[in-house]
Amino acid sequence: MSAVRLLVGTRKGAFVLTSDGKREQWKVSGPHFAGWEIYHLKGSPVDPNRIYASQSSGWFGQMIQRSEDGGKTWEPVGNEFAYDGVPGTHQWYDGTQHPWEFKRVWHLEPSLTDPDIVYAGAEDAALFRTGDGGKTWQELPGLRAAKGNLWQPGAGGMCLHTILLDLSQPNRIFVAISAAGAFRSDDAGQTWRPINRGLKSEQIPDPDAEVGHCVHRIAMHSSRPGILLMQKHWDVMRSENAGDSWSEVSGNLPSDFGFPIDVHAHEPETIYVVPIKSDSEHFPPDGKLRVYRSRTGGNEWEALTNGLPQSDCYVNVLRDAMCVDSLDKCGVYFGTTGGQVYASADAGDTWNPIVRDLPAILSVEAQTLS
Amino acid sequence: MIRVALPFHLQKLAKVEGEVQLEVAAPVTQRSILDALEARYPVLRGTIRDHVTQKRRAFVRFFACEQDLSHDPPDTPLPDAIATGAESFVVLGAMAGG
Repeated sequence: MSAVRLLVGTRKGAFVLTSDGKREQWKVSGPHFAGWEIYHLKGSPVDPNRIYASQSSGWFGQMIQRSEDGGKTWEPVGNEFAYDGVPGTHQWYDGTQHPWEFKRVWHLEPSLTDPDIVYAGAEDAALFRTGDGGKTWQELPGLRAAKGNLWQPGAGGMCLHTILLDLSQPNRIFVAISAAGAFRSDDAGQTWRPINRGLKSEQIPDPDAEVGHCVHRIAMHSSRPGILLMQKHWDVMRSENAGDSWSEVSGNLPSDFGFPIDVHAHEPETIYVVPIKSDSEHFPPDGKLRVYRSRTGGNEWEALTNGLPQSDCYVNVLRDAMCVDSLDKCGVYFGTTGGQVYASADAGDTWNPIVRDLPAILSVEAQTLS
Repeated sequence: MIRVALPFHLQKLAKVEGEVQLEVAAPVTQRSILDALEARYPVLRGTIRDHVTQKRRAFVRFFACEQDLSHDPPDTPLPDAIATGAESFVVLGAMAGG
């Protein structure tokens, strides 16, 4: 019997939501780590009961928690994230150079093959790796050598928020940073290069600069790892060549702004985004919460509204707060800053809230269990 | 014995309730108390002071004997009432509005 487990990170703790494969009735467990910000939780693809969580606090800093039983119990592991060598500087808001300072872990990406290997995306932007299940973390400093002195924080901070691993090319890693752009390594994270050709950001001095773009999220389908989809601060973008170049596929979307983007588990050309009005208001256009789906890999989009509030809705959906399961039909899930988790068990045709009143949701990850 | 009062979230991390009692050799200072605290409860490393710089985290405060000692140098001897255990050394999160 199949089942789905959702790992939900919020401003005030973590929640674990479970259902059988019908995805109609859900059990809610939590809050775990009550009162702490949980930016992200993610399970190991090869050992789903091994889950890692990023727990942080403006007062007490960063913790990493690890569960061996699917989120029922947790133990803290290593929390020392030290930049390699002399940290150096990056661009600051006033144009001066500012020292790198660790603030928190935004995203945890367990290895596709080894439950003890995990990558962590940090603010200030850097990529860390553990090979011992989270006890110790080492920076992969080659990333910051990719013009890191020119990176600068966006309003949300200079965070490394997206990490994509490619099972077909184990040495390939993609990351995305706000506001620096997208980067690729083909040697297991030792060296990196910006992959931002084709991005245009009119609100930066050089609209097609090599770095400096505010990339919000990148998605990839495991069966077609050379094709990348991106939600940028402005525009939805697509790459056919692992990021070497990008073209815009925003098409008929009602806004070119948004945070999450994800791909159907079984249909690589079916993509989901949640348009948000402009970069100044950060809520859905016209107060209508609509997921948009493209079945053509972009450009042609349809609004999915059945079960979603279509009036007076002013929540946001953050970059790590949308995911899919791998059941047939594909389940799609997203969480809002208003504390709702919406689920669709039919690839987005209809939606229902699983919970309505959690703290503001930062991340949602789905695990499909057998 | 030195008495240390931890805030709620650090009590949860350390899996303790109420005050913690520590043996600390003289001279008793912020640094010697925190060294002893972290040796007893390694999970607290990085939560009160920075891993690398060992400086107090910005929104953590140290109170004792009705004084805010947060800005004192870490090697300054603490009041006798702390060293004798008559008063507790209080670690707390700074107040935040909103």
